[in-house]
Amino acid sequence: MNVPDNLKYTNDHEWVLVEGDIATIGITDFAQGELGDIVYLDVTTVGEEIEQGEVFGTVEAVKTVSDLFMPLSGEVLEFNDLLENEPEKVNESPYEEGWVIKIKLSNVEEVNSLFSSETYKGLIGG
Amino acid sequence: MKKDWNNGILLLVEKQFSFAIPFGIIPLYLLLFSQSIMQDIKLPLHQRHEELGGKIIPFAGFLMPVRYSSDKDEHNTVREKVGIFDVSHMGEFKVTGSGSLEFLQYITSNDVSRLVPGMAQYSCLPNENGGIVDDLIVYMIDTDHYFLVVNAGNIEKDWNWISQYKNDNVVLENVSDNYCLFAIQGPLAEKTLQKLTDTPLSTIKYYHFMMGNLTGIHNVMISATGYTGAGGFEVYLPKEKALEVWNSILKVGEEFGIKPIGLGARDTLRMEMGFCLYGNDINDTTSPIEAGLGWITKFSKDFIGKAVIEKVKEQGPTKKLVGFKMQERGIPRSGYKIVDGQGNEIGEVTSGTMSPSMDVGIGLGYVKVEYMAPDTDIFIDIRNKHIKAKIHKLPLLTS
Repeated sequence: MNVPDNLKYTNDHEWVLVEGDIATIGITDFAQGELGDIVYLDVTTVGEEIEQGEVFGTVEAVKTVSDLFMPLSGEVLEFNDLLENEPEKVNESPYEEGWVIKIKLSNVEEVNSLFSSETYKGLIGG
Repeated sequence: MKKDWNNGILLLVEKQFSFAIPFGIIPLYLLLFSQSIMQDIKLPLHQRHEELGGKIIPFAGFLMPVRYSSDKDEHNTVREKVGIFDVSHMGEFKVTGSGSLEFLQYITSNDVSRLVPGMAQYSCLPNENGGIVDDLIVYMIDTDHYFLVVNAGNIEKDWNWISQYKNDNVVLENVSDNYCLFAIQGPLAEKTLQKLTDTPLSTIKYYHFMMGNLTGIHNVMISATGYTGAGGFEVYLPKEKALEVWNSILKVGEEFGIKPIGLGARDTLRMEMGFCLYGNDINDTTSPIEAGLGWITKFSKDFIGKAVIEKVKEQGPTKKLVGFKMQERGIPRSGYKIVDGQGNEIGEVTSGTMSPSMDVGIGLGYVKVEYMAPDTDIFIDIRNKHIKAKIHKLPLLTS
């Protein structure tokens, strides 16, 4: 299971790349494997301020649907346009081309609540 | 905050077929999963499925491969080439004795007297209230010798149910643990399997079977049945020989592009055909008439629940199981509400998926009868948005 060391993780199987007060968010390799083939992502919250733990969108796979949760509070700046036409990028490249949103953090302190790659590996039993 | 996954986890535990594995509850899911390892039964080929990369999930009391690579890819492999499914979780009952026919006529809805040896019949076990205990296949092996194939999650329920109705002229045996069942499905299934048998497979008509040799094993039931609409066969094997046959089929199928196929694709394949799944589309409270199973319900004979079901037919059901296709982006899921153009609830989705063959959301569900006609506009309530769909005659799969 691919769990890059340079990223932070959540209980909801999302990864976060923090750069200053901007964070890029996606779902983990484990999560995409659990979901199976992703058909589309429904993210209509660009421009909205959303609290940590609240839903910012949903991901539809062939066999299941899941909510996507904000790992950190902030404003949704951008949804990865590539996923409009190529949602399978989330399966193929969950940590790079398949990123989901970028947000502007409203509380940088919250970053401390995220898991390290080691802790996340423990969570998924890998 | 609406959490679909609260519903999902219930489905996972209570319903037979749900892969709701949403993010927030994966730890809980894994917890349930690890507990269930202790009680759920491993298939005889469990280790082989793991070696093949199968992702294993608990389903109907068994640990089953849900996918090996990708649901879409596996689905398309079956539609275009050939795939092999291990569906050994299914239950098998042997019925023998001079009272067999009379017994089966009474416990099943279809007319067993129409069978001759070598024929199979889709049927259901109605209950006294006119609901459905299970759906099943009845094989006639010989006079006074039948073979019933029932759903994995219902083996014990069915056994207890039908045992009540047997008399001394009927011998019932639950032989579920003796057999492995493989489904070889797809347009190249016949070519694949023919390499391992001298039984002339092209002569076996749909819902017929022959007892033949397979990889040198004698007396294997080779049945032209399946659950995919892609054509092919199901083979019932003594479980000690199963691994060898599985490996042989994968080997001879290599040149045809064979792949092992999981439950995920099995579900999307059957949905495209509009085949009912017990626990989703039919259950103890749905009438065969409502479920569109009138064609396997024969009032020319007596059977359990006949009077109630006949009344439903005469008076007309209030709701009916229909297939539908999404007209806008959206994927229907079991439990979603079906509404009319004004937002009034008119029914409920019982099965839904993205169709890998057509790349559109499809589903089955019950609607009030006034909405059942093909081409009727309906709306599916997906996360509080009403997404347009159209009733479509079955099968949903059109080229």
